[in-house]
Amino acid sequence: MAKVMGLTGNEAVAYAVKQCNVDVVAAYPITPQTIMVEVISQYIYDGEMDAEFICVESEHSAMSACIGASLAGARVFTGTASQGLALMHEMLYIASGLRCPIVMGVANRALSAPLNIHGDHSDMMGSRDCGWIQIYSENSQEAYDWTIQAFKIAEDPRVLLPVSVNIDGFILSHCVENVVVLEDEDVARFLPPRKPLITIDPTKPITVGAICLPDYYFEVKFQQVQALKEAYNVIREVNREYEKLSGRRYDFVEAYAMDDAEAAVLCLGSTAGTAKVVARELRKEGKKVGVVKPWVYRPFPEESIIKALGDVKAVAVLDRACSFGAPFHALCSDIIATLYRHGKDIKVFNCVYGLGGRDITPMEIRSIFEETLETARSGRVREYIKFIGVRE
Amino acid sequence: MVKLHELPAEELFTSGHRLCAGCAAGTIMRMTMKALRRPTVIVNATGCIQVSTTPYPYTSWKVSYVHIAFENTAAVASGIEAAYKVLKRKGLYDKDVDVIAVAGDGGTFDIGIQALSGALERGHDFLFICYDNEAYMNTGIQRSGATPHGAATTTSPAGRKIPGKPEFKKDLIGICIAHGIEYAATASPAYWNDYITKVRKGLEVNGPAVIHVFSPCPTGMRFDPSRSIEIARLAVQTRYWPIYEFERGTYRLNIKVPQPKPLLDFLKMQGRFAHLFQPEFQHELNALQRWVEDNWRRIATLCGERP
Repeated sequence: MAKVMGLTGNEAVAYAVKQCNVDVVAAYPITPQTIMVEVISQYIYDGEMDAEFICVESEHSAMSACIGASLAGARVFTGTASQGLALMHEMLYIASGLRCPIVMGVANRALSAPLNIHGDHSDMMGSRDCGWIQIYSENSQEAYDWTIQAFKIAEDPRVLLPVSVNIDGFILSHCVENVVVLEDEDVARFLPPRKPLITIDPTKPITVGAICLPDYYFEVKFQQVQALKEAYNVIREVNREYEKLSGRRYDFVEAYAMDDAEAAVLCLGSTAGTAKVVARELRKEGKKVGVVKPWVYRPFPEESIIKALGDVKAVAVLDRACSFGAPFHALCSDIIATLYRHGKDIKVFNCVYGLGGRDITPMEIRSIFEETLETARSGRVREYIKFIGVRE
Repeated sequence: MVKLHELPAEELFTSGHRLCAGCAAGTIMRMTMKALRRPTVIVNATGCIQVSTTPYPYTSWKVSYVHIAFENTAAVASGIEAAYKVLKRKGLYDKDVDVIAVAGDGGTFDIGIQALSGALERGHDFLFICYDNEAYMNTGIQRSGATPHGAATTTSPAGRKIPGKPEFKKDLIGICIAHGIEYAATASPAYWNDYITKVRKGLEVNGPAVIHVFSPCPTGMRFDPSRSIEIARLAVQTRYWPIYEFERGTYRLNIKVPQPKPLLDFLKMQGRFAHLFQPEFQHELNALQRWVEDNWRRIATLCGERP
């Protein structure tokens, strides 16, 4: 009999971390991630989880300590958000460059200025080129499931890259939902203790973090490119294995009502939930619309996106972050590049929404869908970049 | 005190590195390796030692060596220490491991002080060694919080109006002791026995320990590379660099200097102070002299000595 718990996104991630037998957690509290580390601290202080909790003095030190612990061979977790992720920025590149399979929960939040504590994707999008595998969850269940899978993906010797599991700040981090959880023994079987290929074990000394000048640096970076490619296969394998264990099927992309869709909305995270509800209503009205939700943002799942989009004629790509001065915002740029590369003539427009936690309503999503249908009919994009719900 | 013939002959810090001729930091690292007691991981901040000892695919280290970045040496050491603690507890690793963090004055006094403060407060069992060459020598001799008053660096040049660094050196050991740690000490490569003994003590302390060692830099301080150890000795004998330790609440002056040599002998050997000998900058020379005297008096008093 499956066990169901009422968990917020933060608690779901923390519960998964406990079941994953993590050795070291180094973290600094920041809204809206705070509860994630509070719950983990409670587990450790209550003796329910055998881990070292390093309550560091900054996020920069959090990621630094994680890198050190990971190199020593420990299974490592941290969590952060917003300014904290920005402060870690330097270390994110070192974590991936040194091939540390760290897992990080990110309760996505807007970046200052002006100061704002609410959800948007500016934080992770600002670090999207940091060489991490990046996963976005739609709800607490997905946050729980992906956190467990993240360790398995990260630690696979073919990958050895850090993974971020993203949950929308407040919308997911603080919202209680039913989460079907696995038994501890099942998680332990799925994810045995980490067996690192190489560590800094001083009885077999190695040098880590050498200076690589122009004669070697490029090759090291190229290996990271290859590892992210390799991650495709590993993510697929882990998804299949996890499906056998949990009965829940994950993939690079979720396609909702896309089979005969003429137009689609493509978005990350919790907004996909609202978009699905709206798509269902529109379907009842006979309008052929669907939703495409990339679970995996890096490595960017081009093939899966092309497959999910199928024969749609128009797609609206929703970005919850601004790439200031860019021709399109981050997710949309990736989608347009993907369509170009695959020779697909799908009309695309970009909707920037929800910055600083501003709600996006079903009504707004409905009007976006209607515009995609209009674009599909006319074959002409009326406005390439729209700002949804902003007072101009 | 250690005995020379008891030190291991094996060199765990090998020759062939790219440090400048006469760089005391290399000597200090070699001596540090002589004090090890068991499997050890060195965590090193970005800086002279890092760039000069690990030009990929070469390394000077026969112990495990980790470099992550500039400002976070103590944080990385925290992670490594915590990892071995829990891995041992869980039966996933069976050795006791020592962790030594090594950073220059920039990576300790300035950009690294937050991570150091955090790690000291949390009480990780590690030894932090600051090799202090009194400026950002690796990037071309810029001033740091450890640069002495009056010294010329490329960001505190001997200008026509401002003759070198206007500010005075930070009290690193005082800052560290204020965290409530058990052991902190200054040292000099000219007093190898004192230094190696202190490294060993720092490792044996159960918790954080800090050693602040003077590291003469011929390139940045501008002196003949053959005279590094002589400069290091003179720094002690002129009372410029007091050698003392703090151990569980007690201060001890390890090298007594009853009859100090003139500070000018030490300053005159180094190009970084040359401009202070112009008559119009006499007052700056006096100010530095006063600081050295006050600092000595303060430390001697802490150590229960008559200043």
